[in-house]
Amino acid sequence: MAEKILLAHGEGGKRTRDLIRSVVLTRFGNPVLDPLLDSGLLGRIDGEIAFTTDAYIVTPPVFPGGDIGRLAVCGTLNDLAVCGANPVAISCSLILEEGLPVGELEGVLDSMREAAREGAVTIACGDTKVVERGKGDRIFITTSGVGTLLPGWRPSPQTVMPGDRVILTGTMGDHQVAVLIARNRLELSAEVLSDAAPLSPMLLDILVRFGADVRFMRDPTRGGVGVSLIEMAESTRRRIILEEALLPVSPAVRGVCEILGFDPLYLANEGKAILLVSPSASDAVVSALRRHPYGRGAAVVGEVTEGPPGVLLRTTVGGLRAVDYPVGDQLPRIC
Amino acid sequence: MRLRYLDEFRDPATARAIVDRIGNTWDGPPVRLMEVCGTHTMAIARSGIRQLLSGRVTFLSGPGCPVCVTPAAYLDRAIALGKERGVILATFGDMVRVPGTRSSLERERGKGLDVRTVYSPLDAVALAEREKEKEVVFLGVGFETTTPAIAGAIVMAAETGVPNFSVLSSVRTIPGAMEILASDPETGIEGFLCPAHVSAIIGSNAYLPLAEKYAIPCVVAGFEPIDILLGTLMLLRQKTEGAARVENEYARVATREGNRKALGLVSRVFEECDAPWRGIGVLPHTGLRIANRFSSLDAQIKFGLADFGTEEHTPCRCGDILKGKISPPDCPLFGTTCTPAEPAGPCMVSGEGTCSAYFKYGVP
Repeated sequence: MAEKILLAHGEGGKRTRDLIRSVVLTRFGNPVLDPLLDSGLLGRIDGEIAFTTDAYIVTPPVFPGGDIGRLAVCGTLNDLAVCGANPVAISCSLILEEGLPVGELEGVLDSMREAAREGAVTIACGDTKVVERGKGDRIFITTSGVGTLLPGWRPSPQTVMPGDRVILTGTMGDHQVAVLIARNRLELSAEVLSDAAPLSPMLLDILVRFGADVRFMRDPTRGGVGVSLIEMAESTRRRIILEEALLPVSPAVRGVCEILGFDPLYLANEGKAILLVSPSASDAVVSALRRHPYGRGAAVVGEVTEGPPGVLLRTTVGGLRAVDYPVGDQLPRIC
Repeated sequence: MRLRYLDEFRDPATARAIVDRIGNTWDGPPVRLMEVCGTHTMAIARSGIRQLLSGRVTFLSGPGCPVCVTPAAYLDRAIALGKERGVILATFGDMVRVPGTRSSLERERGKGLDVRTVYSPLDAVALAEREKEKEVVFLGVGFETTTPAIAGAIVMAAETGVPNFSVLSSVRTIPGAMEILASDPETGIEGFLCPAHVSAIIGSNAYLPLAEKYAIPCVVAGFEPIDILLGTLMLLRQKTEGAARVENEYARVATREGNRKALGLVSRVFEECDAPWRGIGVLPHTGLRIANRFSSLDAQIKFGLADFGTEEHTPCRCGDILKGKISPPDCPLFGTTCTPAEPAGPCMVSGEGTCSAYFKYGVP
């Protein structure tokens, strides 16, 4: 096996076959994938089907707390989970850049296997392409996922009422800050780990226990908690008031944000969920979330209220201001 | 990494106590206070203080956003330099989306202009050392806070000999602009909340002539919510006493004399000049140009560029907003043809622009 990925690895010939057998199947091997048919045969699936897809392009592909492989599995599992879907199978398409060290690919695939194991999902099909050096960024991954909706539950933004609570499952911004630091352009050293994690076991447990008291969930990835909540306010046509003092941010992320002028509300997360929950169940939901390893920092952070749709923030000093979509990148500031 | 002084200056109980005192100190009509600096404007909006003190204080947002007051002609000149001379333009991120007369750096970058965002002027010098075959021009925009770093980059490039580096300077100074606003009866300013970081460089004594000549209270305040509330209380107390002193709420960083080392570096590299302010016009003695001894690092001289010229006429009322004469919703473009996604004027582009603060954080 060559140490670097070559164009020949993507040409469909012997090298492709060897790469898949020695690097992919040794990790992902399962009865659906092993025959290497043109489709993974999933058999009969009972229930309503949820289907999602996502592309992953992160620089650098390996960062503190995870890598693009963990991200690609968790992201798709979480998209299913917040819709109340038990994962059945995911696909894995790899676009590799010529020259990528095979060892790096192996590390990424190890992470995918581990995340899939944690999320109890089968990797059922896949594809590998290689692009010329300079035409990619080491490794891109696309994963699609199929799941079955939990019987009796579905996302119900229309049932969200004034008085419902906003629950966030943990601290904001860890993933994006970990990646920013890993890019090493900021000359900042801080111990921040990406939060990339598969949330399906936790969220499905909550749905089984609390059912319709959980009205609606989102995973605040790109655009962060701020943008997800704005979209939730739009789809529920409700006003949401956040309490700044209750929003969890780790001291290191907060420090980086202060220095660079970032707002943690808009930073990406890869292992967090926002839940809109009935007021009577909210304390019990928070306690139940906190018993899961990925929900230890869960907290009520706001409330749905009367008023025109949108998101407002009650600041620590008692002022009230709007939370709106960010425009463009959050940029380094002049002063 | 754990930063100090975050929770202390955002403490809810302290904030409530100060707001109560503000209520007890002043119950007349709203007092017109100008926060000069864009960072204050943004902090006031982000912390909801404008809403918290409404009825007591009207905050007028001043011209202290460097991106907002940089003339469109400056950007036109920078874009032309990139297109016609093939130079690499290195800039702070905030400048990228600011509209020039016809285009912006962002739009031109999409068409192939080589625009690089840097975090520090020194990064631009390092970029020039890496890209030896190309000219690198740093867009030197800012106030007293950024000027020392720009001066430092110029000195470093001169001393180490980086022949392909130069600076297109458009730096400005704050106190002169404040004086012009104070002398304009239309603005009706009853007190200045003076910038935190600018004052850390120039010192609070820089405002003494202003307080004395125009009988306007001045308080240097930090950028945290408690700083702003406390600074406001100090201004209102002066108002009730009929006083016009310079006070310093931000004594943990800013001193009376300022940062002599930084000021020394600036006076070594720059000399005073008149400067055009976008939407306001040319203000005497409010700009800095690169001194003759560093002229080889002055992009304007190096590339034989003419002066930046005067203002274009547009329906955008950023000028009146920067002078505190109107607030953003009074501008006919606000929220209609001018939004953060499609800014018509600079006050909507910058993260610290007044219009952007109103648009982003205003409670509907």
